[in-house]
Amino acid sequence: MNIFVCVKQVPDTTGKVAVKEDGTLDRASMATITNPDDLNAVEAALTLRDQIADSKVIIVVMGPPAAASMIHELLAMGADEAVLISGREFGGSDTFATSQIIAAGIKTYGLGEGDIVFCGRQAIDGDTAQVGPQIAEKLGIPQITYAAGITYDGGKLTVKRMLEDGYMTVETQTPCLITCIKELNKPRYMSIKGILEFDTKPYYVYDYEKLKDDPLIEADTIGLKGSPTNIFKSFTPPQKGVGQMLEGSGKETVDKLFNILLEKHVI
Amino acid sequence: MILSEKYQMMRKFYREFAETEFTSELLDELEETGEFNWDIFHKIAAAGLTGVKIPQEYGGQGGDYLAYTLMMEELSRVSAVLAIYANTSNSLGGGPLLYCANEEQKQKYLVPVAKGEKIIVFGLTEPGAGSDAGGTQTTALPDPDDPDYYILNGRKTFISAAPVADWAVIYAKTDLSQKGSKGISMFILDMKLPGVSVGKHENKMGITGYPTSDIIMDNVRVHKSDLLGPLHKGFITAMKTLNGGRLGTAAQALGIAQHALEEAVKFSKERVQFGKPICRNQGISFMLADMATEIEAARQLIYHTAECMIADTPDVPQLCSMAKYYATEMANRVCYKAVQIHGGYGYIKEYPVERLYRDVRITTIFEGTSQVQQMVISGALLK
Repeated sequence: MNIFVCVKQVPDTTGKVAVKEDGTLDRASMATITNPDDLNAVEAALTLRDQIADSKVIIVVMGPPAAASMIHELLAMGADEAVLISGREFGGSDTFATSQIIAAGIKTYGLGEGDIVFCGRQAIDGDTAQVGPQIAEKLGIPQITYAAGITYDGGKLTVKRMLEDGYMTVETQTPCLITCIKELNKPRYMSIKGILEFDTKPYYVYDYEKLKDDPLIEADTIGLKGSPTNIFKSFTPPQKGVGQMLEGSGKETVDKLFNILLEKHVI
Repeated sequence: MILSEKYQMMRKFYREFAETEFTSELLDELEETGEFNWDIFHKIAAAGLTGVKIPQEYGGQGGDYLAYTLMMEELSRVSAVLAIYANTSNSLGGGPLLYCANEEQKQKYLVPVAKGEKIIVFGLTEPGAGSDAGGTQTTALPDPDDPDYYILNGRKTFISAAPVADWAVIYAKTDLSQKGSKGISMFILDMKLPGVSVGKHENKMGITGYPTSDIIMDNVRVHKSDLLGPLHKGFITAMKTLNGGRLGTAAQALGIAQHALEEAVKFSKERVQFGKPICRNQGISFMLADMATEIEAARQLIYHTAECMIADTPDVPQLCSMAKYYATEMANRVCYKAVQIHGGYGYIKEYPVERLYRDVRITTIFEGTSQVQQMVISGALLK
């Protein structure tokens, strides 16, 4: 049984955020981390793998070759294999094109009847939460989003979804796709044993050549050209100015406040 | 030295673990109660840290001396005392088992120690024998009524974690006719055996939260299968174990010093006097420069020593002593300056440097004082 986990390398937003002239993020100049929700997806996959005999966890990443350092860490956490989907043709993809490419990558590896695909809920850079559900659509499998609890019982999954005003419990058959939230689990650490052994694990790179025969991969479905979304402008919102504080109490201050509000035509 | 990707990953793992799990609430609790915290010990064990340097076939992670050194540095950077929680099994406790135990003993003792299921401690120091292990007065003599047993009598002192230990490695005189460090053997002592007791918990200046006490042995019968290594030749192992322990202590001091520097930099940028942050005064900024320089020099010496231990070069004993001597004295100087930069705030327990100043003090003392390290270094020069 294959347990896929789709993972994204994202800019570390605790550091400096840099934007290029065309409005897209200047990723090269920013420190990177593993997208936090994706780590919960990895943990969910590893937990399931540890319960099920003859199962393995395959990390699926779309990104530049430099994403290797992140993939090494995920292998050191205990994942069994990794697929890096990387190629110039894929650059500039929006969520539609990205899910097109990742779905093709999973199909190329081989998605079986009993298999499961895990994703994080959303990435901290774009915050769209669109890629996971779109991958499920393109693979033609059921999807369950916002998983806060998962139980597996031989080909059947029961998932507790966290919604704004409560929980919803859903059952599904495999194959399926599940997006995970941080309430689901606490991601494990790497281990020294895992770090010593990560480079003995299978690591595949899928480029355009490898994926091009998949029907999902067309010139007008991938990369910048295949992306229906175009960034018009990126900017840091202007900071709200400091408010005016009135000292004192009693009638005098109230009068002062009343006059200010009157001047500004609030009242 | 440039760390390879694997060692950089290890550093990242240790740092993430320490910064996440060693919360300030936990550190305060250790400070206030002085008691061993089993919850964090179990977390340390579950992360594999109790077995970092122990081979995988004996339940460990299979890391080398550099993996171990980086662990001590990074854990100590957040908590000097919790670093010891992970240290003992890899160092003084597990070391003698790793070097001397036969296969049966390794399976019985080393495997659970590596996994953190059991705690083993190191009992060398006595009231009359510390740096001078030759003064050992604890005896282990054959039981006249049963040749399968030895009878142990004596007192070990300042034994870290003795109150929570399952087992202790005890050095005892087995041949009273031999003088000095000769005629000493090692035994694995089950702390639950009749006749074993521990003294009161010592009230220490620093590294509180890792209880220390005496171990008293009063006619304790130990089976001969718990003799560790060859009879009468225990002292050689003690010395070999101490080499690794000294490297660990050097790395512990390095981590404490790094923390002190980070606190001093932060405080000196925030603290305003005479209309500017105090770091804008050369008197302060040059202190910071000296601290950073000494820390980096110690770091390179420690990493180099770790690599020499991996390669098993002949100069390992003096290098371990140099690393411990330099790094621990350096760390004391750095913590002194960090407190000085903090001024009155550095004397207040609310600020981390107050604790660092107390914690770092032990590092020039335990596992061989600075002066003993100087003896080892000069001894190698004047041979």
